[in-house]
Amino acid sequence: MKTMTEIVVPQLAESLVSATIDKWLKQPGDWVDIYEPVCEIITDKVNAELPSTVAGKLVQILVGKGETVPVGTPICIIETEGSEAASQVEAPSIEKSEPKQSGSTSSAAIETEDAPMRNRFSPAVQQLAAEHSIRLSEVPGTGLGGRITRKDVLAYVASGAANGSSAAAVNASLQAPRMVDAAAQVRSSGLHLTETPRLPKIEVEGSAGAGRGDNFIDVTPIRNTIARNMRQSVSEIPHAWTMIEVDVTNLVLLRNKLKEDFMKREGINLTYLAFLLKAVVNAIKDVPIMNSMWAVDKIIVKRDINIALAVGTEDSVMTPVIKNADHKNVAGLAKEIEELARKTREGKLTLSDMQGGTFTVNNTGSFGSILSYPIINYPQAAILTFESIVKRPVVINDMIAVRSMANICLSLDHRILDGVICGRFLQRVKDNLESFNLESKLY
Amino acid sequence: MAVIEYIDAIRKAMKEEMDRDEDVFVLGEDVGIKGGVFTTTKGLQEQFGEDRVLDTPLAESAIAGVAIGAAMYGMKPIAEMQYSDFMFPATNQIISEAAKIRYRSNNDWTCPLVIRAPIGGGIFGGLYHSQCPESVFFGTPGLKIVAPYRPYDAKGLLKAAVRDPDPVLYFENKKCYKLITGEVPDDDYIVPIGKANVLREGDDITVISYSMPLHFVEQAAADLESEGISAHILDLRTLQPLDKEGILEAVRKTGKVLIIHEDNKTGGVGAEVSAIIAEELLYELDAPIMRLCGPDVPAMPINPPGEKFFLLNKEKVKEAMRQLALY
Repeated sequence: MKTMTEIVVPQLAESLVSATIDKWLKQPGDWVDIYEPVCEIITDKVNAELPSTVAGKLVQILVGKGETVPVGTPICIIETEGSEAASQVEAPSIEKSEPKQSGSTSSAAIETEDAPMRNRFSPAVQQLAAEHSIRLSEVPGTGLGGRITRKDVLAYVASGAANGSSAAAVNASLQAPRMVDAAAQVRSSGLHLTETPRLPKIEVEGSAGAGRGDNFIDVTPIRNTIARNMRQSVSEIPHAWTMIEVDVTNLVLLRNKLKEDFMKREGINLTYLAFLLKAVVNAIKDVPIMNSMWAVDKIIVKRDINIALAVGTEDSVMTPVIKNADHKNVAGLAKEIEELARKTREGKLTLSDMQGGTFTVNNTGSFGSILSYPIINYPQAAILTFESIVKRPVVINDMIAVRSMANICLSLDHRILDGVICGRFLQRVKDNLESFNLESKLY
Repeated sequence: MAVIEYIDAIRKAMKEEMDRDEDVFVLGEDVGIKGGVFTTTKGLQEQFGEDRVLDTPLAESAIAGVAIGAAMYGMKPIAEMQYSDFMFPATNQIISEAAKIRYRSNNDWTCPLVIRAPIGGGIFGGLYHSQCPESVFFGTPGLKIVAPYRPYDAKGLLKAAVRDPDPVLYFENKKCYKLITGEVPDDDYIVPIGKANVLREGDDITVISYSMPLHFVEQAAADLESEGISAHILDLRTLQPLDKEGILEAVRKTGKVLIIHEDNKTGGVGAEVSAIIAEELLYELDAPIMRLCGPDVPAMPINPPGEKFFLLNKEKVKEAMRQLALY
């Protein structure tokens, strides 16, 4: 017995309402094993491979590459061959998933409930729909399992033309867009927030004009996510900024002493960042309000210290999270940093790598910055940057010495934090960093 | 215009062609004095004499071989195979000689031969009197194959076959002989080989078939009309060469197509028809192409329940048509 099973966009995280198909890994006709990825999806949080819930043959792709669809939308159909029993097992699971759906989209969900063929369009139907600019979701289906037949489309076209009676052709062309607009308005799923903004279609009139013309780069989904998050952070959070400088001379000596052994022992670099994280985490322990978020009528202070680490690539920046960073020693942090950096470079971050950050650290010194004004990683309370270590003449006990100095910058949510508490926090970070010496232990 | 039986239409065509052209002659087992086991050639020997209506030995290879030789010599033989089941001893002659003569001799020689053979079951004929051998010859370039359903086409196609300069296999359905009647003009007309015919206009489903099953299709279509299902029926009439344009046009009409024949499903004419549709009309299909054919079993059972199971009937056809319409 053959059964058709739809693969739907799963609820990858509570907050997720939609996902964008990045790339299809399987094509119609391909065999798909259970749990084998069928496509890559991009969400606000992460890129993920979407595994198949059944084994079978992929017969139809319903959502094309680059399209954004709400959670719960079927994206492809897999034909499975199994016994009656198998399909019976399947049935309840489909029912289970339905309540979730029906919350947002009422009529459509009900319709698909008893109309399994509702969203299976024959080539003839698709062609006619394209020809007459019809939204198939509005066409009643009279075929088997609620399928929209070719005749249904023709009848729909005829009825549309009937409305306009005279000058049918003109009306038909006018009507099509109007119907589309109406449908867009009644959408209730809050899609307007999460939908990928349509790219402006810029038409260059005539030849390029005086200049050599401009290049237009399509905004990628990840770029779009970054843009939205940044805008949200800047527009919602009243940012304030402060900076201190830290003498890391001893830390430099310590690291130089340990780095070769560490490389031999662990196979990874011992970076300054690991020490910095340790210093930051310990400072947060002393000033827990740094690890909080604004919730309008209250401030939520997070108990877990999960450090989000800004990791840049050529064309984007991601913020993977080191969970429970306060449970780790410097060596452990170094390993985590290495691991997350590698995953970011390889594009293999998973959703769990990205979730739950409570405070963000950005190692801006890695690209040579000596001063930066970071934007808070929404909805956290603060973000800290660690700038380049540079040798500078410094006055100590009225004598001039050459010391390794670094700036640490902090952007803070001024609704939660003020100057005094942040000053205390930064002072703690500074003390922690400066107290590393040749006797400090990594483990 | 007279309403006559299918078998009369075939007899009339032979008679008229023999009248018209002295080179036309008939040969086969018991076609002379007896007038054929189905009486298809009844009265021909009386009218045209023993020289033009030859009773042959029970050797189909000889019948085909003699006919091929005569045709290559310029005669216009109509060779009768008593049952199409008996054609197989002559298969080598037909496929390897008749079909290839023109090609092999670089157009020097032709073989204007007609082989008439009754096909189909439903007469409790069992294994050796019920077969549909279309698929055996269907894939042989050089042969033309016709399989009329209406008496009008039976006459017109046989006349066209006789006048055709190349070998034509004329498959007449023995069940149609007395069952199917229709108006047939008395005057001289031909039905062109290679042209399908729309038997009924409709816009819900397209049914493509040939020969006897069309009887059930027409009946089922009449029944389904009252259920609000309107069927577009195409009679292929010629199996080789298939009327590609006609097929595509009929399918375009509805986007849903059901192909029906009595010959078994695997490798049958329907397979080729569906391949043509799939190649040309993917984007106009509204449903998977459906086929309703004989089962893939070695032969027609001789016991009546078995035969009934094997054969198509109105109910089976109607059910398939309804299913497609509802899809």
